[in-house]
Amino acid sequence: MPRLNPGNLHRARDLIALYPEPRSALIPILHLLQEQDGYLTDDGMTHAAELLDLASAEVRGTASFYDMFHFEPVGKYLVAVCTNIACMLQGAYRLLEHAEERLGVAPGGTTSDGLFTLEDAECLALCGNAPCVTVNWRFFGDVDLQGFDDLVDDLKAGRLDQEVPPHGTVSRVDRSVGLAATGAATGAVAHAGAARSQSHPDLATHRSTTATASMNAAHLDDHT
Amino acid sequence: MTITDAPRIVTRRLGKPASWTLAAYLADGGYQGLRAALAMTPDQIHDQVNTANILGRGGAGFEAGRKWGMLAPSKPVYLTINGDESEPATFKDHALIEGDPHQLIEGSLICAYAIGASQIFVYVRGEFPLAIERLQSALNEAYEYGAVGHEIFGSGFSIDIVVHPGAGAYICGEETALLESLEGKRGYPRIKPPFFPAAIGLYGAPTIVNNVETVSNLPWVVLNGGTDFAALGEGRSTGTKLLALAGHVKRPGNYELEWAKATFRDLIFDPGLGGGIRDGNELKVIIPGGVSSPWLGPEKLDISLSNESIAAAGSMAGSGSVIPMDHTTCVVRAAWRIVRFFHRESCGQCTPCREGGGWLEKILERVERGQGRESDLDLLMDVCDNISPGVAWPPAQTTICVLGPSMPPSVAAGIQMFRDEYLTHVREGRCPFPPDRLPLRLARV
Repeated sequence: MPRLNPGNLHRARDLIALYPEPRSALIPILHLLQEQDGYLTDDGMTHAAELLDLASAEVRGTASFYDMFHFEPVGKYLVAVCTNIACMLQGAYRLLEHAEERLGVAPGGTTSDGLFTLEDAECLALCGNAPCVTVNWRFFGDVDLQGFDDLVDDLKAGRLDQEVPPHGTVSRVDRSVGLAATGAATGAVAHAGAARSQSHPDLATHRSTTATASMNAAHLDDHT
Repeated sequence: MTITDAPRIVTRRLGKPASWTLAAYLADGGYQGLRAALAMTPDQIHDQVNTANILGRGGAGFEAGRKWGMLAPSKPVYLTINGDESEPATFKDHALIEGDPHQLIEGSLICAYAIGASQIFVYVRGEFPLAIERLQSALNEAYEYGAVGHEIFGSGFSIDIVVHPGAGAYICGEETALLESLEGKRGYPRIKPPFFPAAIGLYGAPTIVNNVETVSNLPWVVLNGGTDFAALGEGRSTGTKLLALAGHVKRPGNYELEWAKATFRDLIFDPGLGGGIRDGNELKVIIPGGVSSPWLGPEKLDISLSNESIAAAGSMAGSGSVIPMDHTTCVVRAAWRIVRFFHRESCGQCTPCREGGGWLEKILERVERGQGRESDLDLLMDVCDNISPGVAWPPAQTTICVLGPSMPPSVAAGIQMFRDEYLTHVREGRCPFPPDRLPLRLARV
C-alpha cells in the first residue's frame, strides 16, 4: 500500500532539511502524501513517522487535528461550499442545499461515481465574492445556483483540469533551492524538483481568483 | 467626501498584470526598501518602526516595534510570518499574499534583519494553495535575484525563508498555536503569560510572530521613514489600514484607507467604497472588526475607523473585517453561525470554550427553529458569562487563548440590541425571517 514513491521521498527529505527540527516537516509531508494518494493512508502515515522518527500515533494524532487531511478516500473533486457569515448573508445555505440536490449527497458524502465529495466549509477568505466555493481548494467566487451547475458541468467535462489540480495538491511549485544562508546548499533540491515546475507558467490562469484580485483593485482605483 | 488621498502603502500593485512576479515588482521599485535597510543598522530600522508606531495588523493591534523590543537576548532568533488568515469575513492577507508576494518577502527580510533573526518561516493557511504557489514561485525568483539566501545583495546579511503550509485549523492563527503547528504538532495554544514567543517561541527560542499586512508595510516605512508613516492616521492608529468589507454592501472588497480619517459611514456608503446597502435596504447592524468583535448599531456609523475610536465605542478594529448586515438579517441566525464556527474550531483544551461553544450553538439553533423558551435568553447569557465572566469588553478570559471569549460578543450583542427579535422567535415559534431558513439537516461539527 502507498508509501511515498521515490520522487516524493526525495521531496520529503528536501522538506526535512529546511527545518531546525525534523518534525516541523510533518505537515508538509502529510500534504505530499495526500497529493500522492488523494487521502492519508495508514501506510503513508507510518512512512512519515519513520522519516521523522515519530510513533505512527503521533503522526495520526497530529494529522487528525487538521481539517484538510482525510483518512478515507474522497471524490476526485472536493467541493467545499462556504456557509460562514459573509457567505451565509449572501445565501450560502440555499447554495449548499442546491449543491446537495445537484450532487445527490449531504455534506461529508461522496457521489457514487467517485467524482465529488461535498463539504460544508468554514470561511475561505474570499468574502468579497460571496458566496464562494472551492474545488480541491481552488477558488470560485460569486457562485449562484446556475453558476454551481455550470461549475459541476465544467468539472465533469474536464474543462477545469488546468485550474483544478488533483485533490491534495497544495502547491504545484516546489522550492528551487535548499537552505542557502550558509552559502552551502544552493541547488540542493534540484534532483527532486527537476520533474516538477519551479515557476509555474499557468499561475495566472486561475480564473476566479484572478478576477477577484482585479475586482478589488478596481475598487481601490475608484476611491482615489 | 472625507476619504483622503493617502498613498496606498500595501495594495498599490494589487490587480496589476502579473503583480506577483519579480519583473512586475522590480519595475515598481521592488526590493529598494531592502537595499536601503541593509545600508542601515538594525537599531536604526527598529527606531524607524517605533517612530512609525505600526500596530500589528493581525487583530490584537500591539505595536510591532514594541514586540520586537521584547525579544529575549539569546540566539537563535526566529521570525515567523502569520499568514493563517481565517477570521470569518477577513480576506486581506489572502489578497496580499496572492497579489504581492514579493512585498511580503521584502518586508519579512527587513524585519528579520532588524531583529537579528536566523531564519524566517512564512506560515500560510493551507486552504490558500494559489497564494502558496505564488509565494513559493516568488521566493524562488528572489533567491535567484540574490534578495534571499547567502550574502544578500553582497551585504554580510544572510538568511533563508521557508514557506510553510498549514492544513486547516482556525486556531493556528493564534500565535502560540501557530508555533506548535510549525513544530509539527496539533495546534494547541500555549499558556501565556509569563512566556510570550518573544521569550520562548519556536523550538523554545525567542521568536517574533508578525502578521502579513504588518510586515508588508515595512519596505515603505524604510524608504519613506517612520515619520511619514506616523503622519498618516491619528493617535496610535498610524498609517493606512486594509479593510476587508463584506456582507450586505453593494461593493464588497478590500479597501486600503488612511486610518482614523474615514468613518464606517464612508466605508459602507461612499460610492467609491462599499456603495451602500444592497437593494436599497436599511442597515441593521455592523460587525466592526471580525466576528470576535461586539456589534455596533447604525447610530455608530459616524465614529472613525481607528483603533482607539472603535475601542471607545465598546468594540475593536480587530482584523479589519467589517460586515454590515441589512434589515433582512436574522440576528439569531447570525449569532448561531458565528458561534457554530467557534465551536467547530475550538481546539478543545479548555472546558468553557469546548463545552460552552456547544451549549451556545444548540440553544441558538433551537431558538432559531422556533423551539426556544424565554428563559433561553438568560441561559445564553449565563453560558456566555461562564466563558467570559462579566460578558464585558475587552473580555475576561477563563481559557488559554481568546477563542472562547470570542463567542459571547455576537450572542450578547444580539440579546442586548435586539431582545424583541429573540423573543419573537420564542413567542411565535418560528423565525420571523423566512424563507432563508436553516437547513433541516446540518453537517456534523
